[in-house]
Amino acid sequence: MTLAPGCAVRVRDDWPERRGPCHIRTPHYLRGHVGEVVRHLGDFANPEDLAFGRPAPPRPLYHVRFQQTALWPDGRAGDELLVEIFAHWLEPTQ
Amino acid sequence: MSLAADIDSPRLLAALLDVLAAKGIAAPEEIAARIEITDRASPALGAAMVARAWTDPAYRALLLADGSRAAEALGITMRGLPPLGVLANGDGVHHLVVCTLCSCYPRAVLGYPPFWFKSAGYRARAVRDPRGLLADFGTVLAPTTRIRVVDSTADYRWMVLPERPAGTEGWDAARLAALVREGDMIGVTLVQVGVPTGSPS
Amino acid sequence: MHDIGGVPRFLCEPVDVSPHALTGFDKQADALRQILGAKGIMSVDELRRGIEAIPEAEYHRLGYYQRWVRAMAETLLRKGVLSEAELRAALAT
Repeated sequence: MTLAPGCAVRVRDDWPERRGPCHIRTPHYLRGHVGEVVRHLGDFANPEDLAFGRPAPPRPLYHVRFQQTALWPDGRAGDELLVEIFAHWLEPTQ
Repeated sequence: MSLAADIDSPRLLAALLDVLAAKGIAAPEEIAARIEITDRASPALGAAMVARAWTDPAYRALLLADGSRAAEALGITMRGLPPLGVLANGDGVHHLVVCTLCSCYPRAVLGYPPFWFKSAGYRARAVRDPRGLLADFGTVLAPTTRIRVVDSTADYRWMVLPERPAGTEGWDAARLAALVREGDMIGVTLVQVGVPTGSPS
Repeated sequence: MHDIGGVPRFLCEPVDVSPHALTGFDKQADALRQILGAKGIMSVDELRRGIEAIPEAEYHRLGYYQRWVRAMAETLLRKGVLSEAELRAALAT
């Protein structure tokens, strides 16, 4: 499945670092927050597997835009964040 | 405590290099050659790309569509390196690049990441207080300008295409390139006329 | 602990914007990391995992490339690229 530009997505509110050794590229400050897909950047080997020397199948990577006001109590309206996030960290919003 | 934790870093690196040389994994000549290649990349490469984009609309389009191909078009080797993405400032939007998780940096076109880019203060503040952070660099944006902070978390490396400063009409690419500093291409500073290159960015 | 975007502890930390030249140690560590990656011996993701495994107090005490060297040594030992005995022998010379 490819997410189309403009899709609203939620970053999974998951904390694998609390369950044991792991390596993830999804910053803590985005977990559980809603953003908007800007574009599909390509498919890349999953770093969560690469870090442990496991077979690492390619996963879709998206550029996702967030409003600063949605992330921080002191965020400034109009300012944004643009972050690369792997598809398996994104879920559709209701 | 592990063995590696007990040894001071210069001794540990020297011992690692000894063992890896003996195993044929990394000979001293390979290390020296790699340092030489890495030293060759510098902000002058990125500056040449920026100046070309300012003077050649077709190149600007290529740069924004595929930064790696645009770098290769100027003779920069990108094979085997992470893809380069380039984001244009303008139309009231200013980009600021950070890597909050480590220090991902467009090394192929800017060289080694500067000290500030790797610092905890920079990494923590860029995503939350970008205007306060820019003030540390002496940069003040118009209140109407929107900041788009780019957190470089995964497989791309990001560079900013800054806005061409006023007063440079008719300048050729070489003269323009001399204006562009590394910080301008990360978004911590704005390109200025009359600032000597090589000054702190 | 490496994942510090927006973390309050660092929000008041000024950024030292002055130029810092890399040392020979820094460049050697950087070159070794590149060679290990190019030869498929240690990926950049394994390096990051190694850096993230450094205990917090030590992480902040160590310099940037000191963390790399520490993580490279731990990773190469763990993967059996070199042994503790080999490293000890090299440290003794």
